[in-house]
Amino acid sequence: MQKSLHLDPNKCTGCLQCEMACAWEKYETFTIAKSRIKVFTFHHEGRFVPYTCTQCDEAWCLIACPVDAIKLDPVTGAKIVLEPTCVGCKVCTIACPFGTINYVAQTGKVQKCDLCDGDPACAKACPTGAITYVDADWTGLGKMRAWAGKTDTTAATA
Amino acid sequence: MAWTRNVLRVNLSAGTCTPEPLNMTWAQDYLGQRGLATKYFVSEVDPKVDPFAPENELIFVTGPLTGTMASTGGRYSVVTKGPLTGAIACSNSGGYFGAELKFAGWDMLIFEGASPKPVYLLLIDGKAELVDAGSLWGKTVWETEEEIKKVHQDPQIRVAAIGRAGEIGVLYAGIVNDLHRAAGRSGVGAVMGSKNLKAVAVRGTRTDSYPLANPKAFLAATEAAKKVLAANGVTGQGLPTYGTQVLMNVINELGALPTRNHRDIQFEGAGDISGEAMHRKRPTDGKANLVTNGACFGCTIACGRISRMDPGHFTVKDKPQYQGASGGVEYEAAWALGAANGVNDLEALTYANFLCNEHGFDPISFGATVGAAMELYDLGILTKDEVGFELPFGSTEAMVKLAELTARGEGFGKEIGMGSRRLCAKYGRPDLSMTVKGQEFPAYDGRGLQGMGLAYATSNRGACHLRGYMVSPEVLGIPVKMDPQATEGKAAMLKAFQDLTAVVDSAGICLFTTFAWGLADIQPQIQAACEGDWSPERLLLVGERIWNMEREFNLAAGLTKKDDCLPPRLMKEEAKTGPQKGAVSKLDVMLPEYYEVRGWTAEGVPTAGTRARLGV
Repeated sequence: MQKSLHLDPNKCTGCLQCEMACAWEKYETFTIAKSRIKVFTFHHEGRFVPYTCTQCDEAWCLIACPVDAIKLDPVTGAKIVLEPTCVGCKVCTIACPFGTINYVAQTGKVQKCDLCDGDPACAKACPTGAITYVDADWTGLGKMRAWAGKTDTTAATA
Repeated sequence: MAWTRNVLRVNLSAGTCTPEPLNMTWAQDYLGQRGLATKYFVSEVDPKVDPFAPENELIFVTGPLTGTMASTGGRYSVVTKGPLTGAIACSNSGGYFGAELKFAGWDMLIFEGASPKPVYLLLIDGKAELVDAGSLWGKTVWETEEEIKKVHQDPQIRVAAIGRAGEIGVLYAGIVNDLHRAAGRSGVGAVMGSKNLKAVAVRGTRTDSYPLANPKAFLAATEAAKKVLAANGVTGQGLPTYGTQVLMNVINELGALPTRNHRDIQFEGAGDISGEAMHRKRPTDGKANLVTNGACFGCTIACGRISRMDPGHFTVKDKPQYQGASGGVEYEAAWALGAANGVNDLEALTYANFLCNEHGFDPISFGATVGAAMELYDLGILTKDEVGFELPFGSTEAMVKLAELTARGEGFGKEIGMGSRRLCAKYGRPDLSMTVKGQEFPAYDGRGLQGMGLAYATSNRGACHLRGYMVSPEVLGIPVKMDPQATEGKAAMLKAFQDLTAVVDSAGICLFTTFAWGLADIQPQIQAACEGDWSPERLLLVGERIWNMEREFNLAAGLTKKDDCLPPRLMKEEAKTGPQKGAVSKLDVMLPEYYEVRGWTAEGVPTAGTRARLGV
């Protein structure tokens, strides 16, 4: 079964544990500038929104790459940057409509979420369940359940 | 090693920024943040210095756990000599700013001198630069942050700034970072203003500046400690749901909620301004005051309140800048802006709180000073002519008007900006000032909670709830339940709290973790992060050393045993209602015992033996 990162902004408090976990996983630093997941604060709306790559099936970044440096991991479904192949041309950063693949000046390559080989550090670090790693086919299950709970069935059973 | 080992010394008079290595011997003796910066401060500054003189220093400092995955590991402190108190001032803040300082590679920023013109410090990793702030002077905290991000085209810059209140020297002006988190107390923002320093802006991308001593053990220790926070009723449920406002009804029912300048000890309007009220839908627009809870950097508790006001409320009608969500009232602010002056309008408190964040001043000292002014007015000592409007207890209009005037330093706001001690002295009634060492009380009455009274009287930065939170044993039963009216054992318990608090404040984490964490939870995190042996015993010794160092500074600054006191009202006027009815403070009984437990003379001076033991 393939899994998918599931982001629920309603549960996010903006603590940035996910960003630290990501930076630590990939660079062994807590400096969140290195994180591939970002939490955005919409202060005047009182909203915190985590955001990262959704691993498109037809991935713009992968298609745009002129040197085939982005590959599909058939197990996790992640689109993975092959660092030795990447030439840092940044075409993928232009092609991605979501801004979730970015250049890293330190390495001269691009980076994006690779789902940590199927065990994403951000989801493990999230204290509120705003980031979970769930059955890719059922990311809507929680919402369905919430709506199901609102169904009035008491009259029928009375 | 958890420290970056880099200190930036900024001489504002000369306009220079000079890096220097951190004194690692001091880091081993004082850990970080509060302790370490205070060690630098007392070593470099004359205790008799005028807080507004260029010779006073202003130090921004992080702890070894700041900018790490330790829960709440994002704190920084500001250390200086406080203009409100004339004592050591140390104000602690959360938000994201502190962690960013570490990411940029700095443990500490020491500001010396005073700039001839307004400037802000821009830190991009190791690059430090003083930038002209002429166009920012006079701007609000909120405008300043927006402007700096715009000018440098970097929305990821974090900003700590003063507002108008700090510029004009409101004696309890704070430093506000990330729009609504503040190093709020004792007037650290006024010292910043006196140095013509408008803001510190920082962006950090370094990845190698503070390697941990034992990363694997650190991640295991922080993960275990997070589970303790999640499983605890206060940190796992109470604080995220109600914030510190979870206390409003509790403290009121216990009969320890100072009301109308401490004339009363219970507030009939407490329910209207409580954490529960923030969840309730308003009849006017059908929405609740509280939008959501929010966390500071790395915090898995998330007690922060994010509020949105009723756009139809008289205070914000036609003022769209206050109609979006922003930092809502926490317990101390709700008490000071509300109960302390008898106001029960939650929306008005939220508006005044927004103003405190926007213009950078402490809602506790402000609200309490308004309470004192209202009592002076009630007694006929202050008149409508002098104030410019009616000032009776319970007047929502007067409270918000004074918040606006204080922020701008206009009219009677100038008097309110001096704080309650100077206000009451000016009008010939110093006894009506509800302060210790010139700093206003927070939201617990020293008659209702005897241990809190002792904590206030002995706090090194003036009346404060964050220097020894005796509410924990006296109300919440943490670590053991103590009778609020008992005096026995309070001195020893307070000493333990004060020393542990000094450790927490020096580590880079939030004091609120201690609702759930004991030293046994904190120690493994420090041990894994920092090189050396950090046994629990050593940490408590560090805490005690810090406490005594602060005390020695205050004594050298001219404070004496006489300043370890409570206002006559708390010593003589009995609590009128509730479970603590008839109580007065028994400070006289507890204070000598406290000095003894501390290893101080009967005059409150550390003995030679104590000094030698602590190496102060």
